Amino acid sequence: MAALIEGRTGEWELVIGLEVHAQAITEAKLFSGASAGFGAEANTHVSLIDAAMPGMLPVINERAVEQAVRTGLGLKAEINRVSVFDRKNYFYPDLPQGYQISQFSQPVVGKGEIVLDMEGGESRAVGITRIHLEQDAGKSVHDRDPGHTLVDLNRAGVPLMEIVSEPDLRSPEEAAAYLAKLRSILRYLGTCDGNMEQGSMRCDANVSVRRPGEPLGTRCEIKNVNSIRFLRQAIAYEAQRQVELIESGERVVQETRLYDAERGVTRSMRSKEEAHDYRYFPDPDLLPLTLTEDYIEGIRATLPELPDEKKARFVAEYGLTEYDAGVLAAEREIAEFFEAVARGRDAKAASNWVTGELFGALNRRGVEIADSPVSAASLGALIDLIADGTLSNRIAKDVFEAMLETGRDAASIVEEKGLKQVSDTGAIEAAVDAAIAGGAKQVAQYRGGNEKILGWFVGQVMKATQGKANPQMVNEILKKKLGG
Amino acid sequence: MAELTALTIAEARDALARGDCSARELAEAHIAAIEAARDLNAFVVETPERALADADASDRRRAAGAAGAMDGVPVAIKDLFCTEGVRTTACSHILDGFVPPYESTVTARLRASGAVMLGKTNMDEFAMGSSNETSHYGPVRNPWHRRGDNRPMAPGGSSGGSAAAVAAKLCLGATGTDTGGSIRQPASFCGIVGMKPTYGRCSRWGIVAFASSLDQAGPMTRTVRDAAIMLGAMAGFDPKDSTSADLPVPDFEAALGRGVKGMRIGIPKEYRVDGMDPDIAALWDRGAAWLKEAGAELVEVSLPRTKYALPAYYIIAPAEASSNLSRYDGMRYGLRVEGRTPAEMYENTRAAGFGAEVRRRILIGSYVLSAGYYDAYYLKAQKVRTLIAGEFAAAFERCDAILTPTAPNAAFALGEMIDDPIAMYLNDVLTVPASLAGLPGISVPAGLNADGLPLGLQVLAPAFEDETVFRVAEVLEQAAGFELAPRGAG
Repeated sequence: MAALIEGRTGEWELVIGLEVHAQAITEAKLFSGASAGFGAEANTHVSLIDAAMPGMLPVINERAVEQAVRTGLGLKAEINRVSVFDRKNYFYPDLPQGYQISQFSQPVVGKGEIVLDMEGGESRAVGITRIHLEQDAGKSVHDRDPGHTLVDLNRAGVPLMEIVSEPDLRSPEEAAAYLAKLRSILRYLGTCDGNMEQGSMRCDANVSVRRPGEPLGTRCEIKNVNSIRFLRQAIAYEAQRQVELIESGERVVQETRLYDAERGVTRSMRSKEEAHDYRYFPDPDLLPLTLTEDYIEGIRATLPELPDEKKARFVAEYGLTEYDAGVLAAEREIAEFFEAVARGRDAKAASNWVTGELFGALNRRGVEIADSPVSAASLGALIDLIADGTLSNRIAKDVFEAMLETGRDAASIVEEKGLKQVSDTGAIEAAVDAAIAGGAKQVAQYRGGNEKILGWFVGQVMKATQGKANPQMVNEILKKKLGG
Repeated sequence: MAELTALTIAEARDALARGDCSARELAEAHIAAIEAARDLNAFVVETPERALADADASDRRRAAGAAGAMDGVPVAIKDLFCTEGVRTTACSHILDGFVPPYESTVTARLRASGAVMLGKTNMDEFAMGSSNETSHYGPVRNPWHRRGDNRPMAPGGSSGGSAAAVAAKLCLGATGTDTGGSIRQPASFCGIVGMKPTYGRCSRWGIVAFASSLDQAGPMTRTVRDAAIMLGAMAGFDPKDSTSADLPVPDFEAALGRGVKGMRIGIPKEYRVDGMDPDIAALWDRGAAWLKEAGAELVEVSLPRTKYALPAYYIIAPAEASSNLSRYDGMRYGLRVEGRTPAEMYENTRAAGFGAEVRRRILIGSYVLSAGYYDAYYLKAQKVRTLIAGEFAAAFERCDAILTPTAPNAAFALGEMIDDPIAMYLNDVLTVPASLAGLPGISVPAGLNADGLPLGLQVLAPAFEDETVFRVAEVLEQAAGFELAPRGAG
């Protein structure tokens, strides 16, 4: 559903298309044997090819092709049997060849689709236009040495998959949901680590506004947005800017803009007139990339279960709500954690523990599930102690806190602190008797029809047993004795 | 010592095998010859110490019974090949002082076969030129002169230094590269054999790129047999070059001596171009007659789009060159002329570093690839290229090899053509079509024109039938009885 922008002169529709650059997970670069790893000392991952020494030639890294095909299959896209590498020519200090090897007219992957789960259970299909493989550039460092620009070529030639969406997105929220979903799918596929901070996933947003139902307006491209939050902010700002421009009688100028996250604004980078003429042509150093049916099917056979299918299975197999299933399926690590906890246990309880206590704890600590101080096995064991009546839910939460603090398992904490739930009928009966004996007034109220007063007795019994009495048994015994 | 420089590679191989001479003696004789002929300007880098060390190592290998196919044979290397530890500039100012830390695949193979490197030969800057006059190091002088005329002659180009060095007996063989005729045309001008193999036979890895889809390395020698021996040591699949052919290397030398009896030789009528030297037209007829006498059948074939080859070539080659030469920006190696901004530094460096012809081709190439012109020029030229390849394929349905002259004219005097780029480009009119089609071709010296300058005949064959080229060329060579006698001015 399009979220319309209310302007001074009426409603405006926002039209967004995203171009996402995702670094394909590979050992080596797209056309050389140098490491594609992040974070090394400057200019240590540079081969003769990456430095564009005279006479050096590119050779395609098969692993990068496989990752692009895998990504295409994961996005239910057409895989092109023949694709071509082109040269995109421009001069820049961090582009040693003077051209980027990319795919222009014949990309490796064609049309596909991503389904977004929007709030309120709505789902939206967003078209993928294409995915092509290309080289990343190096990095120019302007602030290290006054008067000099330094260049780090470690990233030069690293394989990128450029994933281009149709202009199907209609709000900053949808754009954010698209990016999150794409990231989730790539991580499921193992084709990109989705790390936006390290730059292994970056996003350009094409933004325009129009009156609902009218042809597309003039677009601006916001370059290199490096977080989902910034994407939402940048689009919201840009949409407002364009509406205000048009409503004040001016025109939107087609241009490339940058998002300034500190000030929360987009700024002009270069206009269409200043745009490069990239002089694309097929790279004569490389043959067209030809893929066989068997090769593609071989990759398809190794695709993992993806978030949409996993969510559907969580609903069907575990009886989770759509919402909970969606949350648990969004990240492969979370889904795997959940399934490890739920296996052979009450899935609903597992879901509640993972999305409730565990997520809360991880958020407070600011850690990812991969670094969770409580493992899936430990959480499962804790839930087992609830199921067999050893712990009450309330005490289990205390035990969980202790597990987070110490990293120890539930059983040993219960043992050490003597937190075992009291399910001994005799002991509970004695505490119930003592509570009844000490509360004549309350007994009278209860017997007079005030059933709410039962809580007072439960409190007394729990106080007497330091909270360890099995609450279900306490309730039963109380009712029996008070009713008698 | 003098006779050592007059040997062919095959003779030197036998002499070395018999122990009649050592690799060191061969190297010393050639080092002396190079020093004595510096006026030719054939070499831009001489590597005598390296040559002697290579030769001594070769003699030791031979003593140990482990000599390779070219062991001890002194050769010269065109400056387009990157040679580890030896300055490589493609004869351009922009690569000033560049010493590669790596060795091209072709020269590494030659080394592995035992060849001894004498030095790097002069050439047109980035292989762009047909006269060797675009070299940053000045033109090479052709060892031949017009009869009764002492003006220095152009050796052809771009492999002019290699051609002159082989003709002047400064080396037994030399590497060349051929993009549109850069091996065959200088071979014709200098009276030697120059062979451009099928595109993909030799790896391009480590060869400074001019036009990637056309560049191909090949041997330049004094005999057809020598070219076959030397190509055997240069060719072969290289996984580092995606366009190199994953095929076994045939024994090219074994293809010799089989004659042309029963072969059909195509004579393309469209190669009788306007302005062709009448001596060349006559030589062509003579060549055809020699093959007929040797038992071949002559077949007239038609290659009607030949006239579009040169314009297509002068779109495709500059387009690729404009992109290939983008890496020379002063950032990482070679010449740098400072500026206040990176863009200004590029402009200053490239303006100072590239010569006029290279700048011209970069401009043409950038133009034909630019938005709005791409379809009209580059794309159309590629279509022409496809049609030309198709025409050759059709012609080879009717014949086994094609005979043509190598160039429409003999060598010209230095300076005679340099101000007329179109006339200069016409030098390639007979070699360029086969380059566009990726076919193997050879130039064999077959006679002299009225001025006493050498003329070559060209033999073309279908892709990867390089052996056919050698086989036909050998018959022409024997029939012609060409005598290499340059420096005959008087």
